[in-house]
Parts: sequence; C-alpha cells; structure tokens
Amino acid sequence: MELFLQQVFNGVMLGSTYAVVALGLTLVFGILHVPNFAHGNMYMLGAYVCFFLIATLGFAYWPSVALAVIFLALCGVLLEFLVFRPLRNVPGIAPFIAALGALIVLENIVELVWGPEGHRIPNPHPGILDVFGIIMTQQRLLVILVAIVAIILLQLFIKKTTLGSTIEAVAQNKEGATLVGINVNRVSALTFAIASGLAALAACVIAPIFMISPSMGAMVGMKSFVIVILGGLGSIPGAIAGGLILGLIEAIGGGYLSAAYKDVFGFGALVLILAIKPTGLFGKEIKGR
Amino acid sequence: MMTWLRNNWFYLLVLVVALLVPLFITNRYHSQVITMSCLFAIGALSLNLILGYTGQASLAHGGFFAIGAYGVAILTHTYGWNFWIALPAGALLSALIGFLVGMPALRTRGSYFAIATMCLGEIIHLIAGNWMEVTGGHNGIVGIPLPSPITIPGVGQLTFQSQAAQYYLVLFFLLLTLFVMYRVVNSLRGRTFLATAINEDLAEAVGINTFRTKLLSFVVGNFFAGLAGGIYASLIGSISPSVASIAMTFNFLMYVLLGGVTTLAGPIIGAFVMPILMENLQALKQFQMIIYGVLLIVVIIYFPRGFMGGYASLRDKLKKKKVGA
Repeated sequence: MELFLQQVFNGVMLGSTYAVVALGLTLVFGILHVPNFAHGNMYMLGAYVCFFLIATLGFAYWPSVALAVIFLALCGVLLEFLVFRPLRNVPGIAPFIAALGALIVLENIVELVWGPEGHRIPNPHPGILDVFGIIMTQQRLLVILVAIVAIILLQLFIKKTTLGSTIEAVAQNKEGATLVGINVNRVSALTFAIASGLAALAACVIAPIFMISPSMGAMVGMKSFVIVILGGLGSIPGAIAGGLILGLIEAIGGGYLSAAYKDVFGFGALVLILAIKPTGLFGKEIKGR
Repeated sequence: MMTWLRNNWFYLLVLVVALLVPLFITNRYHSQVITMSCLFAIGALSLNLILGYTGQASLAHGGFFAIGAYGVAILTHTYGWNFWIALPAGALLSALIGFLVGMPALRTRGSYFAIATMCLGEIIHLIAGNWMEVTGGHNGIVGIPLPSPITIPGVGQLTFQSQAAQYYLVLFFLLLTLFVMYRVVNSLRGRTFLATAINEDLAEAVGINTFRTKLLSFVVGNFFAGLAGGIYASLIGSISPSVASIAMTFNFLMYVLLGGVTTLAGPIIGAFVMPILMENLQALKQFQMIIYGVLLIVVIIYFPRGFMGGYASLRDKLKKKKVGA
C-alpha cells in the first residue's frame, strides 16, 4: 500500500509537470493548429539556461528560474517568426517537418555548448517530509504547487484579460478575429511566448530532481503530444487530466511492471487510444491536419 | 527503338556509369560510402512511396529499417539461417509488423499519424535497447555473417567478400526497388495512392478505399525498408539500437525531401548527395546535425519540392521561353 501511494505521489508530481508542458502545446497545437514538435526542446533549453545561470554565473535559484522563463518566452517568439509564420497557410505536414528541423537544431546547439552528458542543478529545497510513510521532498511538493499556480494564472489570463481572450478568439474563428481588429500575428507570437515560458517553468522546477541532458527534450515533446491528444485538442482541462493520467501510467507501470519499459506504456496507450478514436479522447472532429 | 533511346538516353547513361563504378573507384573508403548511399537510397525510395506518393508522414521508417536489420541479424547470426532466406524473411517481418501497426495507426491523419508513428518508432527503439535475450540490448549484435555465397552452375561461386561484389549486390536491390516503385506509381493502383495523397476526402468520394490504399502503400514501403535494413546488417556485420533511432528516420526524411518528394529520382539523388556533401564538410562534422536541421527548415519553407522540383520548374521556364520565341 505504501509503495502504491508512493508511486501515486510520484505520478502526480511527474504528471503535473507534464500538464504544464502540455498546456503550452495545447495552446499552440490546438488553438493555432501549429504542430510544434520542438516544444519539448524549449523545455530542455529552459532547463539548460537555468543551469547556466546557476552553475556558471552563480545566480540564486529563483531569479534564474524567472530569467530562464523570460528568455524562453523570447525564444518562442523567435521560433514562431522564423519557422512557423512562413508556413502558416501551408497545408499538410510541412509545418511538422519544419518543427522537426527546429528540434534537431536546438538539441544539437545545446549538445555543442554543454556536451551530451547529463548535468545536475543543485537542489535548492532538499528538505524531506514523511507523510504516512510516503517520502516527499520539498522540491517535489514545490513542483506540484508551481504547476497548480501556473495553471490557475493561465486560466485567469485567458478568461479575464482582453489580451488573453484574443487567443481564444483566434482559436474560435481566425477570420472573425481579424475582422474585429485582432492582429493574428501578434496573438500567434503571444501564444508561442506563453507556451515556451510555461515549458521553461516546468523544466526549471523539475530539473533539481532529475538530471538534465540534451536528449530529454525530444522525449518530453513526444509525451506532451501524447497528452494533448489524450486530452483533446486545445482543451486546457484535457491537458491537465491527460498530464496526470500519463504521469500515473508511467509511475505505476514503471514501479510495478518494468522501469526500462515505462515509456513504452505511455506511447502504447497513445497508439491504442488513437486506434479506437482517431481524434483523441475528448477531441473534436478535425479535418486532415 | 530509336525514339525510346532518344527519350531515355540519360537514364541509360546513368545505368552504365553505375555499373562501371567499381572500375574507377578503388579506394576502399569511397567505395563503402557509395555502397551505403545505394543502400540508403532503397530506404529513401520506400519512405517516398509512403510520404510522397501516399501523403502519409511515417516517422517509424528507421524502426522498420531496424526490424529488417535485426531480423536478418538474429536469423543468420543466432539461428544460422542462410542469408538468402533470412533476407526475405526479415523484409516480410517488417511488412507484417507494418501491417499490424498500420491497421490502428492509419486510422489517423496528418500530424496525428506522424505522431503515432513517431511513438511507434520510439517503442521499436526502446524494445531493441532493452530486450536483452533477443536483441543483445544496448550492445546490439556483432559478428553478423556476410551474405552467403551463391553457386551458379557452370560458372562457379559468387562470394561477397570484395567491395565490388557488395556494391553490385546493393545496386541490384536498388534497381529492383526502383523497378517495383516505377511499376507501382505508374499503375492504376499508383494513381489511387496519389489521389489519396492529394485529397483524401475527394479520393474517398470517387470510390477509392483510402484506408486500404494507405495500408497497402505502408506495407510495401516497410517491406523495402526492412529489405534495406537486412542488407545493411549483413554488410556492416554489427548492429545496435541506434539503427532504430529517430536519427535514422530523420536521415531518410532528409534524403527524400532534399532530393525531391514524389519523384523517383529525388530520393536517390538525396541519398547520394547528402552523405557525399557531409564527407566534404568533415571540418564541420560537429555542426552536421545543426546544418541538417537548418537545411530542413529552409528547404520546407522555400523549396518544398526539393532538388527535383527546382529542376522541373527551371525546365518549364526554359520550355516556355522556347515556345515564346
């Protein structure tokens, strides 16, 4: 029982980071219909920027996190401008392949600068709590807390501010949004900034727990796609639920069945779900995208 | 006969040059590069059938290449099968898994299909790396025998020890693949592939069973991917899970897109030009992947039809000029 609860706790922690990363992707993929496969590498880059600020420049943990988030938001804008804007109206898989190119570029730049080996960000909150036999480190609790705060703030931003609601307007009807004077280019850039910033935030809070390496981005990118599809395109509650489901599948499958194959469970679940329902669990009907 | 010659002299010339290659390339290393290019051209051609002619971005292509490679490696090395039985077996295994996996995966479309196959590729990669008893885990399999000699009555034995013999072996399979692809895409069946690629809903409306069309293309494509993988395993002599990695898929994708998607010559040109280009950019080796990535983005934005597309539009322009004058 204790093992089970421990796995559930780990699953929730893992799942809440996945949820935050997937939220960014669901905004970009579901709302702007841009399959940004490089999203996972924005996550990876965020962790490395944070690592660089702490280990090389000697910044404290939280200022580094803030700077990394801002830097990555700018990177997101740049990515949208250079790669996705020219392909906005190109049908088919061209944007996906361009995203794959961006993924390769980001991964290899990081590998060139910091090497292929893993690095570790020193844990800023190493304290341990023992709740009914479940070991919780403060950093792990913090991951969950940050995820909850980020999700609430994002929801408030989209629902309560004018700027935020332009994102939703574009999602619902691009032409209509243009007619009422919304600048689609600006909304696009904004969405990419938010998505990349969120990815960086998730990466920074979880980096002290796991090692960081250049190849982790592709894996996270693939998983966030799994989640976005699990949860339905553009659906924020779907992304949160999907993130938690995937986190739990991995933690429990990895804990009880086989740690080496834990990623297979998540991907297997995706293929299975797509086989039964090609547009995802809560997905709307979509045309050949 | 004469008109046939006039129309096809260029292809004939290329064929003659291809047959004479071992005469003027004696350097072992260069010969190896060319043989591998021919091999990867088979893989690129098969991806092109799925990606170009049927419009389905399969990102599990490296995985199916690896299934063929592991199939031949396990059958010849572990079970001692004759290569000439193991090779079709490996390719058929790849096609069979393609069929089983294509059934669910091909129900999805566009980016969804790309993501689903990417996950499948990753699953194959993970299995190759973790199924110790069969695949040898991360160390892979070493000591895979070369293709078994063929005895030709009255002539003697054909062995595959020499570089030239290996080159001809691969060239034979490249020509075979090219021939099959040519026949397929120029048949009525091939037209249904293209119709599915261009507009799936419309194809469905005129009575094409698009699911079966996509499945057929996927299975045939993966058969040839497995074939290329099987030859690769035997010629290189050792394999590791890296043959199933996304980097392998990415290479094939690169060759197809740079050479020219939905053309028969494009993937072959891509498979020859890219490795040779990279050989000559040895100094930039560490930037290789970055250059690849940037190139991919630039090509997809500005030259979506690759080299062959650029060539075709140039030819059209020249023709128009001639007509105008």
